[in-house]
Amino acid sequence: MELFWYLIIAVVLAIFFILDGYNFGTGIIHLFFAKTEKDKAVIAKSAGLFWDFNEVWLVAGGGLLFMAFPTFYASVFSGFYLPLIIVLWLIIFRALGLELRSQFNNKMWKAIWDASFGVSSLLLALFFGIALGNVVRGVNLGGIENGVSVYEGHYFFLPLWDSSFSPLSHTPGVIDWFTIIIGVIAVVTIAIHGANWIVLKTNSTINNKLKSTIFNLNILLVVLTVFSLIVWQIVNPNSLNNFIDKPYLLLFPMLYLTGLFGLFFIKKFKKEVYGFIMSTLLILGGITSSLASLFPVLLPSTNNVNESLTIYNTATTAYGLSIGLGWGVFGFILVIVYVIIQKKFLGGKIDEMDYGH
Amino acid sequence: MEDMIFYDRLQFAFTITFHYIFPQLTMGLSLIIVYFKWKFLKTTIEKYNNAAKFFMKIFAINFTMGVITGIPMEFQFGTNWAKFSELTGGIIGQTLAMEGLFSFFLESSFLALFIFGEKLMGQKLHFLTGFLVFLGSWASGYLILATNAWMQHPVGYEILDNGKFVLENFSALFSNPWLLPAFLHNQVASVVTSSFVVASIGAFYVLRDKNLEYGKLFLKTGVIFGLVSSLLLAFPTGDLNAKNVAKYQPAAFAAMEGIFETEDAGAEIVLIGQPDMVRKKLDNKIAVPNILSFLTYQEWDKQIAGMDQFKKEELPSNIPALYYSYHIMVGLGTIFIAIMGLAVFLLWKRKLYSFKPLLWSILFLVPFPYIANITGWYTAELGRQPYLVYGLLKTSEGVSPNVSSGNTLFTLLGFVALYMLLGLLFLILVGKTIYQGPIHQKH
Repeated sequence: MELFWYLIIAVVLAIFFILDGYNFGTGIIHLFFAKTEKDKAVIAKSAGLFWDFNEVWLVAGGGLLFMAFPTFYASVFSGFYLPLIIVLWLIIFRALGLELRSQFNNKMWKAIWDASFGVSSLLLALFFGIALGNVVRGVNLGGIENGVSVYEGHYFFLPLWDSSFSPLSHTPGVIDWFTIIIGVIAVVTIAIHGANWIVLKTNSTINNKLKSTIFNLNILLVVLTVFSLIVWQIVNPNSLNNFIDKPYLLLFPMLYLTGLFGLFFIKKFKKEVYGFIMSTLLILGGITSSLASLFPVLLPSTNNVNESLTIYNTATTAYGLSIGLGWGVFGFILVIVYVIIQKKFLGGKIDEMDYGH
Repeated sequence: MEDMIFYDRLQFAFTITFHYIFPQLTMGLSLIIVYFKWKFLKTTIEKYNNAAKFFMKIFAINFTMGVITGIPMEFQFGTNWAKFSELTGGIIGQTLAMEGLFSFFLESSFLALFIFGEKLMGQKLHFLTGFLVFLGSWASGYLILATNAWMQHPVGYEILDNGKFVLENFSALFSNPWLLPAFLHNQVASVVTSSFVVASIGAFYVLRDKNLEYGKLFLKTGVIFGLVSSLLLAFPTGDLNAKNVAKYQPAAFAAMEGIFETEDAGAEIVLIGQPDMVRKKLDNKIAVPNILSFLTYQEWDKQIAGMDQFKKEELPSNIPALYYSYHIMVGLGTIFIAIMGLAVFLLWKRKLYSFKPLLWSILFLVPFPYIANITGWYTAELGRQPYLVYGLLKTSEGVSPNVSSGNTLFTLLGFVALYMLLGLLFLILVGKTIYQGPIHQKH
């Protein structure tokens, strides 16, 4: 039952990163590549129409995590206190940027909210990558100081950084050289994903240029991926064990590699949606591979005193999990119905669509 | 340690107060939008359709604000109240996760369709999408109230050896006797807020002598919805809630009513007075004898326990704040009935649109239903203190053990600054929408 909920929440969060990933990516592209007002407007619109629906997946994922793995929820949210609150602020600034730019037809007004949208998108992508880096690296559970736990064994607290900036320090912070690398990978991946979204949903004048950008960013991503795999082994030497024990898990890295390989054909694709599918595979593969390498651990402990948080020692009781299953299945069927209805009415290019509010 | 709880509580109180400005409008307003859209389907008079679309614009701004101030609420359970989340997540996680899954998806999907899809899907489907937005927002209210009802009056749980509350009976969460009266009271209160907003925009147009057709429509609709909902607010929903508090939280009941000493016979109802916590009495008291006993138990001479009957640790931790919250809510509720009653009477006499003093009053009364809603929630939450889960888990036991007060103060200051900006932008946007008025449009 724990495994089942773990899979459901993993799927919900993966969907969130795929959906809001393109939304963040659109912001990054907007920040660096959109020059004319017409392009800026349509690119912002391609994110603005969908952001709230995308972010509902975060709310749902958070709620389900709270319900099924309350100890994990409590530990991680309090342990990463500052970065999470900063993420909240960035989410607010991003939403403001998207909702406000079209409210007044004034250059300065638009410039302010474009910057708000673009910069917070970039930082959010970076922070989510850093978060993944932290989960892979592990934390000092129990807040061990001089061999003694400061808190109960499943609590910890991470400052934003530790003066060494090293993942190998006894008290690593949220930001260190390893998590920064993962953060940069996330930014590049999400930028590619966002560019694909713009090409798919708009007729912006930079669509052709964006295809070259995707190609170039993809070369960078290959280099970063190889580099990160090497340092990954230094930071978490056990990360390949799961794949050796259960070779079928290699499916997940294969998804990532398919996306990475496929994107080199970006200029040859007959349908624009193929590019988007490739970058979706990239995100899906990246997240699932990381999770698979840790499983059943959710958050590794970097000390020998307190054990890692797993899906088994953080879950609620079997009764609660099975009750959740009943309404959960029903709820997800409804969500799928909504998505189909929305696709029917809001599919296609968005350039000509009225933006009502 | 004290500081730490103080900042955590202040941050939660501040962010939830600010957040609740928005959902209290959207829940009630969605009902009025559905009414306008239904009226249009029935009569095919364009102004009803334009009114529905106009208010959906205001709804959308509020919905966006609700979403971006709502995500921090969900996060704070984990960030600031980790121990509470760990101990009770097996129960309130159910209702909170259901809210995410059942109401947010519904609301956000169909709001987009309502705004963009009118031409594509025809009027009947358009009405249906409006109805689904309404359903989503009320489902959200229901599930949040179910969560809160469990904290006020815990049911269907089991406490494990390690102190964790786990679910023992899922359906008990929904048959909780606290839930239905609290839900209805809350929803009716949100209809009051939106009625005032609708009526006030109407008063603005009539006084300004612009968009007159809509001004009159909004006034009429607003005051009728306003009177009905204000009456329902007092009876039966308010009445039922007060009886629940008297039954399940008698210490909170004594404190909010300001009864320091138990009277031998029936208890008086306090209208005005300032609690003096040192001498344990009310200054400048105006009270009516025996009414409280009658209202609560329908017996004039029934004894009601005063605060002297409870140990200090059983009483709410901030009695004056609780007492004032409750009395402000009740006082405002009474004023709402009077104002809306007068307005409906004048409407019936066909004098409402020309009676300027009342129109000005309606225009400027808009903040007060918001205040009444917020103080109503303060009454519920302060009354529950010093507990998070009534009688079982103290507020001081729910806080994150690992987050220092310096970090909490930092984020509290950040939220204050950011929400000031949000509030300002919100006023600009809503002001602009109201100033422009409904768009005269034939479909």
